[in-house]
Amino acid sequence: MDKFRMIFQFLQSNQESFMNGICGIMALASAQMYSAFDFNCPCLPRYNLAYGLGILLVPPFILFLLGFVLNNNISMLAEEWRRPQGRRGKDPAVLRYMFCSMAQRAMIAPVVWVSVTLLDGKCITCAFCTSVPVETLGNASHPGLSQGEMKRVLARIPCKEIYNGQELIANEVAVRYLRCISQALGWCFVLLMTTLAFLVRSLRPCFTQAAFLKSRYWSHYIDIERKLFDETCAEHARSFAKVCIQQFFEDMSRDLAAARLHPPRKAPADAGEAAEKLLGITDQGTMNTALKSWHKCKPPLHLHPPALSRGNGWAGEEQPPMHPSVPRREMAAYYSRV
Amino acid sequence: MDRLRMIFQYFQSNSESVMNGICGLLALASVKMYTCFDFSCPCLPRYNMAYGLGIMFVPPVALFLCGLILNRQSLVMLEEWRRPQGHRKKDLAVIRYMCSSIMQRAMIAPVVWIIVTLLDGKCLICAFSGFVDPEKFVGFANTSLVQVQQLLAKVPCKDDELMRNNTSRKAVSRYLRCWSQALGWSILLILVVAAFLARWLRPCFDQATLLQARHWSNYIDIEQKIFEETCCEHSRLFAHKCIFHFFESMRQEIKLHSFSLPREGEGAEGEKDLLQGITDQDQVNNLLKMWYCEKPPL
Repeated sequence: MDKFRMIFQFLQSNQESFMNGICGIMALASAQMYSAFDFNCPCLPRYNLAYGLGILLVPPFILFLLGFVLNNNISMLAEEWRRPQGRRGKDPAVLRYMFCSMAQRAMIAPVVWVSVTLLDGKCITCAFCTSVPVETLGNASHPGLSQGEMKRVLARIPCKEIYNGQELIANEVAVRYLRCISQALGWCFVLLMTTLAFLVRSLRPCFTQAAFLKSRYWSHYIDIERKLFDETCAEHARSFAKVCIQQFFEDMSRDLAAARLHPPRKAPADAGEAAEKLLGITDQGTMNTALKSWHKCKPPLHLHPPALSRGNGWAGEEQPPMHPSVPRREMAAYYSRV
Repeated sequence: MDRLRMIFQYFQSNSESVMNGICGLLALASVKMYTCFDFSCPCLPRYNMAYGLGIMFVPPVALFLCGLILNRQSLVMLEEWRRPQGHRKKDLAVIRYMCSSIMQRAMIAPVVWIIVTLLDGKCLICAFSGFVDPEKFVGFANTSLVQVQQLLAKVPCKDDELMRNNTSRKAVSRYLRCWSQALGWSILLILVVAAFLARWLRPCFDQATLLQARHWSNYIDIEQKIFEETCCEHSRLFAHKCIFHFFESMRQEIKLHSFSLPREGEGAEGEKDLLQGITDQDQVNNLLKMWYCEKPPL
């Protein structure tokens, strides 16, 4: 548990580490998914190719999209791309940088899946067993088999229990051949990907370092700005809600007191904080009315001094009506408590 | 748990340690990959050589490139190499030092792979079973050339029907494995002796230049890290100021357009006004719309 917490803290220490962490987790998940997946070749002539290539290519595509979905920065990229220009220019280099870095990270899990699949060999064996060169590996002159028949026999190569073409071509020979091709393809694919990654990483400082530093700075800036703005809005919403609710309770208690023709009960000067917090509501009936009113008729989203008529004002009213000089001191007192 | 944390902290303590750590991890990963990899020799005359040598040499190249990619210092070195001279001179000795240290670290995982492969023996048996002299082995001595090639190619496959109980197959296999392991141990010995000599003899040649190169390469690395951290700090402060000014300007606009706003009471003066004068659903909506449609200039 402690180990996980430590690893988690390290990964969260900065944004890039966090994204690298997610990336690594997805790569491991992809390898684990492959080993947990129960590969079942259909062993029928046309279905083999579809199944084998499907298992080879469809999960990587899904993992690639998932890599984008799990990346928090995708919404940031979309927002930056679609916002109106306004007073701040848009820099396509920054957008390109953000997209490239997201795409690179999203590519890792699919590449791991394809490599593991090819190195394991089952997919290629299933997909291409009907194209095994029978002339070189077996007895092509085996009599009595039309093309279609031969394809049907060859299609059963991955399924050892039902294979009946031992005289045509030995099962182990065909499987070894196909697996060798698959592993060769797998290692070539791994080499190609690492070479590409190496070139992308090492050619950048040779050509566009200054532009790269600029794009990286501004893309971090956009991310930080968005986070800070969200935090500021959350703080504002908290203050807004606090004052709104306090005003609601105050209005409620004043209305009820007015209805009963009692003056609002002011907390005595030496009553202490607890009495003040009761906000003038001190019996069951009043509290029940307050709760019912909160459910049936929430106050408008206005924090001005209380209006004379309490309307249901949702976004209708533009300007609050002119207020009498209701105790400003009390308003100030609320603010300061807030 | 504590031990793990201590090890982790030690490795993070300086960038050389981090790189040594990554290097060690890659070497372990290389051994793990070899043991997980299901080696399956094709047992066909021309394919054996290609497969055997391919498995021996292609993954090391990929591991070498991985070692270069994962090493942060390689980027630092490239930047230092390609930067315009400006006010700061470029010292080729520093660049050479960085390059050699990067290469040395990147070579470890490939060498581990090759040695593990040779000590295991399967690759060499697969690649060279067709080149063994058939006269030396009783079972293959008196067969035609084509047939002997076919048979020898099948030696790595124990379960093949022709080879199942063939004692000559075992003899060829043992012979090739012996050569493979001898080669593996010799390479390991040569490399360890070379590393030993390099470390021992280095102080005899130009120690001062070496110390300078090492110092300045560390310096460049640290300078780069601090620059990135400072940029992050700066963008945070910049964003803070930007948002603060945005809220301020919204408050000014609201003040200009609506006349019945309560003035800030005496109690609020001198205290942080968290609501920033924005006290209405419409004002909030307006603020959010302005933020999206017209972000403030930088």
